Amino acid sequence: MGSTSSMLTQYDIEEVQDHCDHAFSQQEIVSLYHRFCQLDRNGGGFVSADEFMSVPEFAVNPLSQRLLRMLDGLNFKEFVAFLSAFSPRASLQQKIEFIFRVYDTDCNGKVAFEGILSILRDLSGSFMTEQQRQKVLTHVLEEAGYTKDSHFTLPDFMKVCSSSFSRSIYSSHKSNQLS
Amino acid sequence: MASSSVAADMELDHPNLEDYLPPDSLPQEAPRNLHLRDLLDISPVLTEAAGAIVDDSFTRCFKSNSPEPWNWNIYLFPLWCFGVVIRYGILFPLRSLTLAIGWLAFFAAFFPVHFLLKGQDKLRSKIERKLVEMMCSVFVASWTGVIKYHGPRPSTRPHQVFVANHTSMIDFIILEQMTAFAVIMQKHPGWVGFIQKTILESVGCIWFNRNDLRDREVTARKLREHVQHPDSNPLLIFPEGTCVNNQYTVMFKKGAFELGCAVCPIAIKYNKIFVDAFWNSKKQSFTMHLVRLMTSWAVVCDVWYLEPQYLREGETAIAFAERVRDMIAARAGLKKVPWDGYLKHNRPSPKHTEEKQRIFADSVLRRLEEK
Repeated sequence: MGSTSSMLTQYDIEEVQDHCDHAFSQQEIVSLYHRFCQLDRNGGGFVSADEFMSVPEFAVNPLSQRLLRMLDGLNFKEFVAFLSAFSPRASLQQKIEFIFRVYDTDCNGKVAFEGILSILRDLSGSFMTEQQRQKVLTHVLEEAGYTKDSHFTLPDFMKVCSSSFSRSIYSSHKSNQLS
Repeated sequence: MASSSVAADMELDHPNLEDYLPPDSLPQEAPRNLHLRDLLDISPVLTEAAGAIVDDSFTRCFKSNSPEPWNWNIYLFPLWCFGVVIRYGILFPLRSLTLAIGWLAFFAAFFPVHFLLKGQDKLRSKIERKLVEMMCSVFVASWTGVIKYHGPRPSTRPHQVFVANHTSMIDFIILEQMTAFAVIMQKHPGWVGFIQKTILESVGCIWFNRNDLRDREVTARKLREHVQHPDSNPLLIFPEGTCVNNQYTVMFKKGAFELGCAVCPIAIKYNKIFVDAFWNSKKQSFTMHLVRLMTSWAVVCDVWYLEPQYLREGETAIAFAERVRDMIAARAGLKKVPWDGYLKHNRPSPKHTEEKQRIFADSVLRRLEEK
């Protein structure tokens, strides 16, 4: 599956499918490959930050820098694994795990007050003061029974987030774009 | 896969505004209290980002659409080889010869007229106009252009501009063959730049540099002056600002629509079966693009001259531009996308991100107060 070939063999597709735990069908993997090659303009086998940022819809997303750090240097197999949380076949567990990975920038399995604050900063920009952000976060943490010094692990996230997924917009129409 | 993606394309290409707005801004039930899970659950924002990574309407505008290869068979392949031999061995040399002779004849006539008739400007302009039209016809012949013009031919009178959708620089040549337009163009390097400087100056051209922000004021002024001058050639503007792949149109820049004069839309549609006329300036130089055209069987296209439009009461320049874009897109069968063509070269302005941040911040603060 070199960067120069534009054809995927059956072996390649199966290998990618295994790697993402069968989150995508073979047809979807082929479509993702075409998209990967389209984004990877210089044919280096991975999509650089610059190439991702040339998609305007991605560049205007407030969390784009954070996602770029996770996307940097991924080859196609890892790219598909990255996107597997967005597949309609992904379980709730996988989706929440992905959210946890976005928060847990230093990959030590724990997210602290500062970590949540920094994402809040990305999402609200200059439209909330630092004081307001701290106040909001402290308030909701206390209401949920945590304190400012609590550390969140993955099970904590599962407990907190699973109730909100009834109204979340992990819409399946976006994944229809893959086929 | 091609057929199923067409169906998916049909429903995707209609720009769904909700896809560009954060879900928080959609009308919802009355704001509820803020809980921890609302802050931790960033899934809507992540879904937007993933959606953009998987497919986005902007990149689609610049995808070259090469025709499906049909030579995959034991008896089709020799036919195709035979076609290649004719195209590269017979047609291409003949066309290059025609082009060379045409250029020689053109220069032989143009430069003497340009220098000898320096005093008699009106006569000189007239002859130079005709020479440029002739040269463009030679170009069109060199790719065996089959061009059908529909509608009334442009007239040379002041207070009007012509706008057209843009696929390649050959758009200009195709239109110039019929009428000697003055044009506003980005300065190019190489032999194209040379032609821009010497010949096109005679029909009246305005240069700009898209990377220079101050240039816009100067350009706007030059446009206004040109349009008001009675002797100048009709002005042709490509408001998309960049080449698009002839299946979509990007947003029109409003500069052409706030000159206070009539705007005459022109729609151009190329027939893809013969050759894909989209010039992907990032992938190939103009010379290579011309060579590709000259080694194809023909360039077939339709040109529609549409009814002149005027700014209506209470209409902004941007609304006017959109209205004209609707006309052109409808006539030429193009799909509209709400993106600025310059995003091909630049990043989007931070104010789009800031808007999303503002909506999020407002929603959080509002719900906090609701307690």
